[in-house]
Amino acid sequence: MSTTHTTTTSWFLACKTSDVPTNGGVCVKYKEEQIALFYFARRNEWYATQNLCPHRQQMALSRGMTGTVQDEPKVACPFHKKTFSLKDGRCLSDEHECSLTTYPVKIVDDMVYIGVAAEMEMAGV
Amino acid sequence: MKIVVIGNGMVGYKFCEKIISKSADTPIELVVFGEEPRPAYDRVHLTSWFDGKTADDLLLATADWYVEQGIRLHLGDPVLQIDRTNKTVQSYKGIVETYDYLVMATGSAAFVPPVPGMDKKGVFIYRTIEDLEMMKAYAPAARSGAVIGGGLLGLEAAKALLDLGINNTHVVEFSSRLMPRQIDEQGSGILQNKLASLGLKVLTGKNTREILGDEAITGLQFSDDTILETDILVVSAGIKPRDELARAAGIAVGPRGGIVVNEQMQTSDSFIYSIGECALYNNMIYGLVAPGYEMAEVAASHIAGEAKAFTGFDMSTKLKLIGVDVASFGDPFPAPESCHSIVFEDKFKGTYKRINITHDGQFLLGGILIGDAAAYNMLLQTTKNKLVLPANPEDLLLGNRSGSADTGAGVTALPDEAIICSCESVSKGAICQAVTDGRETLDEVKKCTKAGTCCGGCTPMVKDLITATMKAQGKYIRNVVCEHFQYSRQEMLDLIKVKSLRSFDEVLDHYGSGEGCEVCKPVVASILASLWNDMILDKGNDTAQDSNDRYLANIQKGGTYSVVPRIPGGEITPEKLVVIGQIGTKYNLYTKITGGQRIDLFGAHLSDLPNIWEELIAAGFESGHAYGKALRTVKSCVGSTWCRFGLHDSVSFAIRIEERYRGLRAPHKIKSAVSGCIRECAEAQSKDFGIIATERGWNLYVCGNGGSKPQHAQLLASDIDSETCIQYIDRFLMFYIKTADPLTRTATWLNKLDGGMDYLRNVVVNDSLGIATQLESEMQLLVDNYKCEWREVVENPELRKRFSHFVNAPTDKDPTVKFETMRAQKKAAEWK
Repeated sequence: MSTTHTTTTSWFLACKTSDVPTNGGVCVKYKEEQIALFYFARRNEWYATQNLCPHRQQMALSRGMTGTVQDEPKVACPFHKKTFSLKDGRCLSDEHECSLTTYPVKIVDDMVYIGVAAEMEMAGV
Repeated sequence: MKIVVIGNGMVGYKFCEKIISKSADTPIELVVFGEEPRPAYDRVHLTSWFDGKTADDLLLATADWYVEQGIRLHLGDPVLQIDRTNKTVQSYKGIVETYDYLVMATGSAAFVPPVPGMDKKGVFIYRTIEDLEMMKAYAPAARSGAVIGGGLLGLEAAKALLDLGINNTHVVEFSSRLMPRQIDEQGSGILQNKLASLGLKVLTGKNTREILGDEAITGLQFSDDTILETDILVVSAGIKPRDELARAAGIAVGPRGGIVVNEQMQTSDSFIYSIGECALYNNMIYGLVAPGYEMAEVAASHIAGEAKAFTGFDMSTKLKLIGVDVASFGDPFPAPESCHSIVFEDKFKGTYKRINITHDGQFLLGGILIGDAAAYNMLLQTTKNKLVLPANPEDLLLGNRSGSADTGAGVTALPDEAIICSCESVSKGAICQAVTDGRETLDEVKKCTKAGTCCGGCTPMVKDLITATMKAQGKYIRNVVCEHFQYSRQEMLDLIKVKSLRSFDEVLDHYGSGEGCEVCKPVVASILASLWNDMILDKGNDTAQDSNDRYLANIQKGGTYSVVPRIPGGEITPEKLVVIGQIGTKYNLYTKITGGQRIDLFGAHLSDLPNIWEELIAAGFESGHAYGKALRTVKSCVGSTWCRFGLHDSVSFAIRIEERYRGLRAPHKIKSAVSGCIRECAEAQSKDFGIIATERGWNLYVCGNGGSKPQHAQLLASDIDSETCIQYIDRFLMFYIKTADPLTRTATWLNKLDGGMDYLRNVVVNDSLGIATQLESEMQLLVDNYKCEWREVVENPELRKRFSHFVNAPTDKDPTVKFETMRAQKKAAEWK
């Protein structure tokens, strides 16, 4: 018997939609990790990234200001205003800065779910 | 065509850049040998390595750039031999390359005077990043330092020692003054005093006879038999051209070194060029980067078949030495019989200015500026372009004192061929052309022309040229907030007021586009607060606030917050002090007295903030707005209630002022102070508005500033009573709030205000615009609407809920927060 590893997305329940301020962010605890969750009310879009700002290793992005640049959604870290794309996590204000990990978000019945990579062990024949 | 470049310093790199741009049509093969282990870096800003810039930050171009350009770059591999007959070079690692043209940009080495003991441990030269690394490794063991050489580089090296934490540092200069090639005796005296006040001691006229110490250096023995004890020594006594390779190849060198070149930078072998600090043109070595770049341009042009000649170079220079401006331009000290000099010296401020003008008073020959070199660019251009001087040439140093007319016409008076950026040799004409072609921002102009990309000294002039060119085209210079709002802050304020808009969303709907961003959101939030003084976390405006305003506290290293209760005028009862102490103990907070007579409590977890404030408010405290662009503190001296010199009760007046303007939000923070007499213990003249008691009332000063660019406040009105004083402050603050650009302190606002202080006094005191009553009633509305924000949060469960780190685990604190201990209190863990 052999085992194969495949990566799939597993969704966990983060919070209610009403827990998240309009056009702002909150921090979600998932196991030992911290995920920043953002709600763009005007376009009804949700984004999630790591909460850690890679610049000075601070758990702060959920407290940053959200916005857009040329229509691309972004967040600015409250510490030194480095800005990151919420679409792909790349740093918009400094091309040498590390990118953020991003996570998919889905809303079901006013509940917010965040997708994390789950390594599934599948029994093969 | 195949070109080999020996040397990958700043000038060698510049040559590569130039020859590539000139040979777009004819493919060339370019091979570069560099002795150092890394590609060319910015040696001019070497000291910034100590301020935290990494070696990579200093690179002029990454290794990838060389690959992209098809350049074969051999690093850590100096050329050892040139075979001129077969036109080949051979490197240390044994690489042999043929060449059609050879360019020697071997630079210079530090000149080390032949003094016994130079080989002792702790003696360094100051030239490469490797030198800095070795100095840094040795510095922790040293308590005192010395630098031999009081020239440009020597003073830079001294700064490096200070940056390494060696506060007891001496500069030792052989001649009788500092920077003997650039400044005169009198200027050197001023500079020495200024440096002494910054902790750097200077010894002039000292000839070092021996380096003392067994293995490691312990001191310097001078020829006058005095001794200077020191643990570390940096030698920066000048440069000597690296001409040994040329010499061995039989190329002509000067009697005191340097590879002899002609106007095309060719050496005695016409296939071999030499540029930069190793080249000797007209018996002169040019030890600055700008002439080196010009040599690179000339050599590249000649190889590419263009006609260009090097005919000497202006050695004018401006730099900041340890925070002190020093500039020298044109001929800084011509023979006395050939000119008149005008000298201005202010020993109090530590400024020295000298200009040398022709006997007929028509032209400027050169000069020296110390302590304040703001006029450098204009004076340099006036010298280089032989502009006719104004009737009173002293105005060039002192400004026009007779009226409001500008001194000269500024950048517009310069001819098109005037060189604005001397590093990259960019003319005024080229910059204006770029603007005319549609490049209307500084970044676009820099990218297109390269002006301002090297030392950056010409940036203010480039900005002025962009503005002037656009104005000349009849373009309205729009000072818009950001891509989401095509209005200036002042226009936004008027629009929001007219439409009575109350939330960021409404403002975006009416006047903006997109979602907003970290630039426009706080601007709009601040305008809303300045107009209506509503609770800033209401109406969805919480997420439009800057992070500190959003959580009504100041975020600190590690992600915890600091708490500053308001202590009006700095007056506090012992009972209230006890409460602060108890709260500090209970929540384990680091406590410190602030510069504004308040107490700061650091290290509070987000979720503890409402509990801390609940207790503070119960004890009679209210928010201190330390987190906002708002009125901070009104500092006071103890005044006539206790002080034997006090004229009036400064504490009572400070409390009255602070309670009137508490919570007032503005384009930037506002600080104030009240002093009870002319001794000025409250330092009111360094504040946005400051009040000083006089025999007959109060003197009101405005637009002062501490911070990075300190500026004294100026007298607005004298001997006024308390009511008039408050009336004027109402008008002044409201006028500032309504007209200033975002994040502009009152001092900067005044500096940009057309008509300056005279105009401001007319508006505030004489009501020249007829808006005084309106300004007063607008201020009164804000005063009447004041509420303590923290009280509102503490009493509102919905708002309290926002103060938790995890939305799905509200009672959990951020587990990554770490503290360390220092002097019996905690401190934030150092960040990476």
